[in-house]
Amino acid sequence: MTLAAATNENLANLSNTLIYSAMAVYTLAFFAYITEWLFGSRSKVGRTAAALTASAKTSAAPAVTVKKGGGTAVLERPKVVVRATGNTRDVPDGPGAHGGDEQGDLYGRIAVSLTVLAFLIAAGGVLTRALSVQRAPWGNMYEFNITFSTVAVGVFLTLLALKKNVRWLGLFLTTTVLLDLGLAVTVLYTESDQLVPALHSYWLYIHVSTAILCGAVFYVGAVATLLYLFRDSYENKLAGGGTPGRFASSFLDRLPAAASLDKFSYRVNAAVFPLWTFTIIAGAIWAGDAWGRYWGWDPKETWSFITWVAYACYLHARATAGWKGRKAAYLALAAFGCWLFNYYGVNIFVSGKHSYADVGLGALHSVGF
Amino acid sequence: MSETTTDRAEEQDLGAAGSQLSTAPTEELSSVPALGFVGWVRWFWRQLTSMRVALLLLLLLALGAIPGSLIPQTGSDETKVADFRERHEVLAPVYDKLGLFHVYSSVWFSAVYILLFVSLIGCIVPRTWQFVGQLRGRPPGAPKRLTRLPAHTTWRTEAEPEQVREAALALLKKNRFRAHIAGDAVAAEKGYLREVGNLVFHIALIVMLVAFAWGQLFKMEGNKLIVEGGGFANTLVQYDDFKSGTLFSTDDLTPFSFDLKDFKGTYEPSGPNKGTPRTYQASLTYAEGAYGKEKSTVVKVNEPLEIGSSKVYLTAHGYAPVITVRDGKGKVVFSDAVPLLPLDSNVTSSGVIKVLDGYRNAKGVGEQLAFQAAFLPTFEAGNEVSSAFPALLNPVLNLEAYHGDLGVDSGIPQSVYQLDKKHMKGFKDAKGKQLRQNLRPGQTMKLPGGAGSVTYEGTKEWANFQITEQPASGWALTGALAAIFGLAASLFIQRRRVWVRAVKGADGVTVVEMAGLGRSESAKVPEELGDLAGTLYEQAPGAPDPDEPAVDAPDDTEQTTATDSAVPAEGAEK
Ligand code: HEM
Repeated sequence: MTLAAATNENLANLSNTLIYSAMAVYTLAFFAYITEWLFGSRSKVGRTAAALTASAKTSAAPAVTVKKGGGTAVLERPKVVVRATGNTRDVPDGPGAHGGDEQGDLYGRIAVSLTVLAFLIAAGGVLTRALSVQRAPWGNMYEFNITFSTVAVGVFLTLLALKKNVRWLGLFLTTTVLLDLGLAVTVLYTESDQLVPALHSYWLYIHVSTAILCGAVFYVGAVATLLYLFRDSYENKLAGGGTPGRFASSFLDRLPAAASLDKFSYRVNAAVFPLWTFTIIAGAIWAGDAWGRYWGWDPKETWSFITWVAYACYLHARATAGWKGRKAAYLALAAFGCWLFNYYGVNIFVSGKHSYADVGLGALHSVGF
Repeated sequence: MSETTTDRAEEQDLGAAGSQLSTAPTEELSSVPALGFVGWVRWFWRQLTSMRVALLLLLLLALGAIPGSLIPQTGSDETKVADFRERHEVLAPVYDKLGLFHVYSSVWFSAVYILLFVSLIGCIVPRTWQFVGQLRGRPPGAPKRLTRLPAHTTWRTEAEPEQVREAALALLKKNRFRAHIAGDAVAAEKGYLREVGNLVFHIALIVMLVAFAWGQLFKMEGNKLIVEGGGFANTLVQYDDFKSGTLFSTDDLTPFSFDLKDFKGTYEPSGPNKGTPRTYQASLTYAEGAYGKEKSTVVKVNEPLEIGSSKVYLTAHGYAPVITVRDGKGKVVFSDAVPLLPLDSNVTSSGVIKVLDGYRNAKGVGEQLAFQAAFLPTFEAGNEVSSAFPALLNPVLNLEAYHGDLGVDSGIPQSVYQLDKKHMKGFKDAKGKQLRQNLRPGQTMKLPGGAGSVTYEGTKEWANFQITEQPASGWALTGALAAIFGLAASLFIQRRRVWVRAVKGADGVTVVEMAGLGRSESAKVPEELGDLAGTLYEQAPGAPDPDEPAVDAPDDTEQTTATDSAVPAEGAEK
């Protein structure tokens, strides 16, 4: 064995160690998030119920006072008054997982720090894997999975860094990231391997990297959508005078308001939709170079198209009376389902140019995309 | 009673302010008409071009695309379809009726997308006109009560109302709003690019569809396997297989020819990735036109050769042992390189060498010969059945010899890679077993009883080329790029209006009111309004408070109902 091959093997082993370490740290983060939620349940908040009943009773109270610069010569900006409009209920966002509990908040912060640490370790794992094979780390499902989960956490941390109210996502994210990595190291593990010539194209790098990023962002959008559905039922129940179960009141009350969740998931989905469009086009260009046709209804291409149309449906639904809100949310979830199926389902159940390992030059050794 | 009327008037007022912030078709649940044929047509058209039906058709398109990904399709894999037909005798005819073996060209799938695109055109045309109208007109004047809008602010100032309005007009124009003074207020609007983007996106979809359809109708795709030293001229008869769109005429084939000089594959020599292909390249000489000058080039996997509108792709490779067959008298009856089919990633290959005519057996009777061939480019002791490496390191050719009638004249098409042994008999070795022998380059296998011999002379490589023409792909790409930019503009730009009203209050002090309205609630609108107000405030600084509290505090009772109409369809908050 040559010296270079030995270093590569060492790097591959280092990568595996890093991925396992990242899983350990994610597990710690997971428990920290759980603790945050548990502490949060100590404080009885019930803000939503209060807000809903208050707005029903004290309707005559002036909601708005006009602010001005004051009578002095101090130059100050006039204050902009914002009012809720449309059908959205004027419900405040929940306080977050810690429910206003200080200790809970502390654990939440610890959890985020651990997530950052785990993210860095995982990113190191992905990087060493890439170095060990001297190519981008997405030649097979194992590599795709570790990259995907790392990017998803990266998206979450970026949103946090941008001071978006997303810490409540942490628990769901670490849960799925652990599942994803667990699946990667057990079922999907593949020895580091070279790509066949059909995969040597810079369009591949563009296509797959944007696909991974889109998937990560769609995933964040899907989690928010799902929580929106729960939170919306919860608010509906409260507004209708019902009493939700204890778990629902404690858990859902701490999430942002349904309207905020809805808006958040819309923004997230809408923001990546053009990128997803681009991903498909980049894939078509690559297919044009590699297979002599830019579109051939190969299963992977078909499911990318279905995913795209499903998200287009969702965006249309948001602009169509009678389809906003819950119905649109179901569409968004269905669209994400299509994305998931495109990755797991098509790779596992359907064979096509993207997945079969034949011996022609078009062989794409069970590659993710 | 009078309250309700003013309420309604105000509602309309606000409605007008928020109207035309988009060109989306208005949602009307039109009831079934009673207007005879024309009425019906109009009703149908209105339904077809409504957002609701567009949504439905989009959903159908997504659902309709699913079966094609799960059921084998004739367009991509004929053999799988044949296989499926064999295994599902009941289901297959049903699938046939439903066009499920060619979903993407089936009647029902076509119906969905054609309807969708008719709907799309029926949607784009009026929206474009409406948008042009909006560009020609001016932003609508300020609603009566700006305090009802989703974002507003107000202050009192010593400056004269005219001064404030002029300052506001200049400020808004500087911020690239389209602005004008209407009555006692400035009306301004910005973000028209959103609408442009949306229209461009939808038009680009049509361009893409037309380009794709055009490409399907006029496309061609053919394959040609060439052994090193062999050549190809672009005419129909030379193809191994050929497919083309309905409107493609073989006269349209670009005239060119090429020869395969040399094929080279390199592989990872050691380590965990041993045997993984590194590069494949085919060196060609080619000539454009019938009598073009010869040029040399190299074709690689993702780098096709482009000649006119045709592209030549390298799609597969394998080995072709050079075989010489002699009859009992030593006369050469066959001598050629025979391409074998690769079976695995180390290019273990198999195939058949057929000697159709010219051979006479020991008794002088005309017969046909066939050799079942298995080929290992790298033979390793201990592994007799498969190759250990894809390159030609230690080639071994295993031959099984047969004689008899190949049945090629029976009219049933035969694969050149398969041997029909129905009328063939195996040659027997000394022990009475099937004659079989491993040959290295240069070695000869003798056929028993003076039946002749077969020699493995050496090995050439072959490459498979796919030649395609897909017109209008440039248009498809242009459409796709336009779609992305249109989409980005449509999704990231917020169209919004700002009004600034300045009037003298009862006490002679000017009251400035500013309000902003986006297509939907968005944090950006109040933010921007705040910035604008801040700048305007510097030019029209605040005056002392009057004694009583703010005049314009609205009461909550009307809040929700009245503002509903001011805020058009949600769906584009930024
Ligand atoms: C070929 C199928 C179609 C696709 C893939 C598609 C896709 C989209 C997408 C992704 C958007 C979101 C962009 C945005 O919100 O600005 C959108 C918006 C829109 N589409 Fe389509 N569309 C299609 C057909 C149609 C048809 C047939 C109509 C007319 C009935 C239509 C009318 C609209 C309108 C009015 C908007 C803007 C909605 C708004 O103002 O928020 N589309 N479309």
